[in-house]
Amino acid sequence: MTSKADTISLFDRAILARAAQDAVRKLNPVTLARNPVIFTTEAIALLVSLDAAHAAFLGRPAAFATVIAIWLWITVLFATFAEAVAEGRGRVRADALRAARTDTVAKLVVDPAEPHIYKPTRANDLRRGDLVFVEAGDLIPSDGEIVEGIASVNESAITGESAPVIREAGGDRSAVTGGTQLVSDWLVIRVTADPGTTFLDRMIALVEGAARRKTPNEIALDILLAGLTLVFVIAIATLPMFGAYSHTHLSIAVLAALFVCLIPTTIGGLLSAIGIAGMDRLIRFNVVATSGRAVEAAGDVDALLLDKTGTITFGNRMASALYPAPGVAESTLAEAARLSSFGDDTPEGRSILALVRDRYGLDVSARPAGTVIPFTATTRVSGFDVEGVAWRKGAVDSVLALIAGPPQAGFTETIDRIARAGSTPLAVCRDRTLLGAIELKDIVKPGIRARFDALRRMGIRTVMVTGDNRITAAAIAAEAGVDDVIAEATPQDKLAYIRRTQAEGRLVAMCGDGTNDAPALAQADVGVAMQTGTQAAREAGNMVDLDSDPTKLIEIVEIGKQLLITRGALTTFSIANDISKYFAILPAIFVATYPGLQALNVMGLATPESAILSAVIFNALIIVALVPLALRGVRFRAVGAGALLRRNLLIYGLGGIVAPFVGIKAIDMILSALHLFV
Amino acid sequence: MTLAGTLYIALVLALVLGTAFPLGAWLARVFDGRARLLAPVERGIYALCGIDPDRQMGWRGYALALLALGLIHFLLLYAILRLQYWLPFNPEHIPGMPPGLAFNTAASFTTNTNWQAYTPESQISDGAQMFGLAVHMFISAAAGIAAAAALMRAFAAGRVAGLGNVYVDIVRVTLYFLLPVSVIAAALLLAGGVPMTMAGFAHVHTLAGGTQTIARGPVALQEAIKELGTNGGGFFNANSAHPFENPNAWTNLLEIWLILVTGFALPIAFGHMIGRKRDGVALFAAMAVILGVALFASYAAEAANNPILVHAGVAAAPGNMVGKEVRFGIVQSTSFNVAATATSCGAVNSFLDSYTPLGGLVSLFLMQLGEVAPGGVGSGFYGMILFTLLAVFVAGLMVGRTPEYLGKRIESHEVKLTVLAVLIQTAFILLGTGGALLTKSGLGSLAAAGPHGLTEMLYGWTSATENNGSAFAGLAANTPLLNYGLGIAMLAGRFAVMIPVLAIGGSLAAKPILPRSAGSFPTDGLLFVSLLIGVVVIMGGLQFMPADTLGPLAEHTLMQSGKLF
Repeated sequence: MTSKADTISLFDRAILARAAQDAVRKLNPVTLARNPVIFTTEAIALLVSLDAAHAAFLGRPAAFATVIAIWLWITVLFATFAEAVAEGRGRVRADALRAARTDTVAKLVVDPAEPHIYKPTRANDLRRGDLVFVEAGDLIPSDGEIVEGIASVNESAITGESAPVIREAGGDRSAVTGGTQLVSDWLVIRVTADPGTTFLDRMIALVEGAARRKTPNEIALDILLAGLTLVFVIAIATLPMFGAYSHTHLSIAVLAALFVCLIPTTIGGLLSAIGIAGMDRLIRFNVVATSGRAVEAAGDVDALLLDKTGTITFGNRMASALYPAPGVAESTLAEAARLSSFGDDTPEGRSILALVRDRYGLDVSARPAGTVIPFTATTRVSGFDVEGVAWRKGAVDSVLALIAGPPQAGFTETIDRIARAGSTPLAVCRDRTLLGAIELKDIVKPGIRARFDALRRMGIRTVMVTGDNRITAAAIAAEAGVDDVIAEATPQDKLAYIRRTQAEGRLVAMCGDGTNDAPALAQADVGVAMQTGTQAAREAGNMVDLDSDPTKLIEIVEIGKQLLITRGALTTFSIANDISKYFAILPAIFVATYPGLQALNVMGLATPESAILSAVIFNALIIVALVPLALRGVRFRAVGAGALLRRNLLIYGLGGIVAPFVGIKAIDMILSALHLFV
Repeated sequence: MTLAGTLYIALVLALVLGTAFPLGAWLARVFDGRARLLAPVERGIYALCGIDPDRQMGWRGYALALLALGLIHFLLLYAILRLQYWLPFNPEHIPGMPPGLAFNTAASFTTNTNWQAYTPESQISDGAQMFGLAVHMFISAAAGIAAAAALMRAFAAGRVAGLGNVYVDIVRVTLYFLLPVSVIAAALLLAGGVPMTMAGFAHVHTLAGGTQTIARGPVALQEAIKELGTNGGGFFNANSAHPFENPNAWTNLLEIWLILVTGFALPIAFGHMIGRKRDGVALFAAMAVILGVALFASYAAEAANNPILVHAGVAAAPGNMVGKEVRFGIVQSTSFNVAATATSCGAVNSFLDSYTPLGGLVSLFLMQLGEVAPGGVGSGFYGMILFTLLAVFVAGLMVGRTPEYLGKRIESHEVKLTVLAVLIQTAFILLGTGGALLTKSGLGSLAAAGPHGLTEMLYGWTSATENNGSAFAGLAANTPLLNYGLGIAMLAGRFAVMIPVLAIGGSLAAKPILPRSAGSFPTDGLLFVSLLIGVVVIMGGLQFMPADTLGPLAEHTLMQSGKLF
């Protein structure tokens, strides 16, 4: 799905063609009533159309009113088109998902004691709690929890990742998703979703925008826009009264033009497209949010709880330095490290070999003849016996128990220094002689520090969560540049930390996968569950990351912020546009009565008719011109609020004041060149 | 424009803005209850009135109390005005007011408007002046400040239900601020030549041998609170143009200071109350910039003079002196009138009807903006907070967070109430003016034809709705249509704004204060001040552009082409 989704261009022909049809369908006033500004515009367009028809019927000049009516309809159409395009992009994804939801025949287990005896049942008839049997090659019929078995599952229908993943009963990898396919073995699954409520169903609904409800910010903005519209209803409805006093006749078309230009049609037309596109951006990013509200909350987050392993560090400790014991040559220690690590296939062992190869130029390609001594939990050392010499490496105290006498003076200090730095020391010995130590370091991902700095500039605190002891945790935290650490963390600690932070009025985001993460995921304002996680975790969170990449939390926050910024930027732009419209239309409608008001025609528009028409055309075109911005979102920069505000206010505030002056003048010049209404 | 004129405006701004800081700090102490000089007096008043000063009131409590206070005072004043003939302190035996005029006057003084459809010298007794009008000037001013204080407390604390105690606020504001400042100012005005007497009119024999009646009365005290409480109701019809209200340049400057200083002190007090002084200064700065621009604009328009007079060679040297007192000249007149229309004061020392169209437009537009620069006592502050909420809501999203102001989230409830307040003001001004212009009675009230007449009517409704009270003198306002219509506009402009504001306060008080971070919307810098000014102009003023174009702007262009009304 990822690959398909990412290639949807902003101007995909099929989507645009479909959107054009939908735009007309969306003119239905019943559905349009959800959008007060555009609904009002439609009513006005209808009014002017009737007026034009009436004038034409009476044989009076109706050309101007007709043209205004046409452009008002175009304004409405552009607004519905914007929404249709945004929905269309989601629909392409939904269709891809739907392909996975073919109605399969499930193998319903009748008697739990005999899971291999089943009754063929339509997948759509499965209920919560039913047991089904799935074999290699089968599509998993519904969401469920594995009760028995271990198998590899191809989840590409959901995640786009074709490499199969292991799913097994018990533990944190026991959830399976309907529509994914078993590649090997068999499973017995307890169904956890009723028909129509599976993860796939919900995802399709979200992607299509069918389940879209207005978010709190959208509702507030809607109220503001409706209020502004009402203010202008009053301003324009009273204008004929002033006109009557001033002996100025104001036609319906002229009043309608002024009204529609003043009400915030730009943001009114793009508002829902912005919301849909925000969800879409998240989905393109392979994260599914259960509500638009969650996406908004992501923008508001003040603190990120990040697991150390896998998010901040690579997860595996890697050898980073050798420390020979006093009196031992460094090359001797390197050779010992090499020999003792042959046969150690753990990531740590491989990293030691890589270190001695890269730093000491030793050959690690072939293992000499000898006996591999594997690591065991009891000995806590591993090594290699060659030509009667025992090369060993392992936990410091275990190695010290092997050697003769106390370690050389200074060795203990070395070990302490390594531990204080947050690394793990390993001791190396030859027979009963201590040779030195290897430092295994938790490697912080490159670039993560810069990202945390960026988050800090945005006012977001990063909190590292780790099971490590305090010393180790503090060292990693310092290296990664996080703001706070929860060391030796239990799930309860996480939950308590979230509660405490929320009590200070901050919003917290976290990600998790295990069942014991579920309470914290539910408590967090933004809880991102990993797709590989348990069903409990996936239900507790309000987002699911299909790639199961905890680092994404940072991008999710950025997408949330981008959504809010786009909405604010276009609102500001829309409202700032009004100034120019007054200068275009007011002199045009009053100049016949008060010729001196021509002085207000600062744009030097050709005639009153062309001035009014230019303003109306600009007002319509700006909607469609801003559709790409609404869909793509305003570019987000990780800087502080002050800098962000300055930049956006300059572009969308000041730009919103200036742009229409230029645009209206340009349209007027085109109209003049075409000899229309001049 | 002259250098002296420019320097005068600079002096006015420096005086007002400079003194607003200490006064704001003092007001914060008054609101917080830390000012305790008159504690025994306070306790006596609370005991006498049965007020429990420790009882916290929610926004509903405040709203109900202020409404009830308004209603009681409205009825009381209505009764006084109707019955003044039989009441004491009526040396000139002035008869009772007719119902329509009494309704209008009672509404006017209850709402801190002080629109005067009556002629004070001949239609109101000394007793009604002092016990009816002057009392209201204190009470309505204190009520406005109390509402502002309640709103301030909503921001000052997180998750609280109470906004304070409205009775305590009114008592303390009166005791610690309005009364002492008024008494000092009255003394200064007395020293400047303003009379304060209960001896009735003076009947004198002129040098020419005739007799003359000189109206006088207890002017000084009423004059002080008229300005300080941004009331504006003059003892005389000529208001502050009358030599007994405003004898000379010094009293003029003092009166300008009195009009403006509270409006500027309140945002400073707010900064103290919330512990974020810079945020208070930001509101203060936005007010100061708008006022400064208006002061210069009005001065420039009047100094530029009327081109027709200039062309005819009969123009006065300093500029348009028509309707202005010679003892004040251009800049002292425009400064006074701008101060009075930038606030809800509405006092005048020169006649706006005779201003150039653009000079009149400055005052009209200041009122249409909702009188927020600095605005009426209390009402200017909360009006500015409404615009601040709009600014934060519109632009706040642009930093990528749910909008918040001072750590309080701005959500649909606040937006709804803010929009409601703006809507009500717009509706009364435009529907009122438009409606009146359609009636015969309305047209009959106009002194001039054409756009000037339209301006007169527009100005009247704007002045009433915004609780200003100044008039474009030409309008004959004592008609049933305007007495009742404008009276209702005044009540709506006062209470239909104050109550949503208190409701916003109630809703915000209950919200937690979110901690500030680098991601919080900055509300204390130059950037925010510019944004706020932009929002005030675009969302508060632009809806009046069509009407203003047909009024003062059209008249201006006609004047340029040699036509007068």
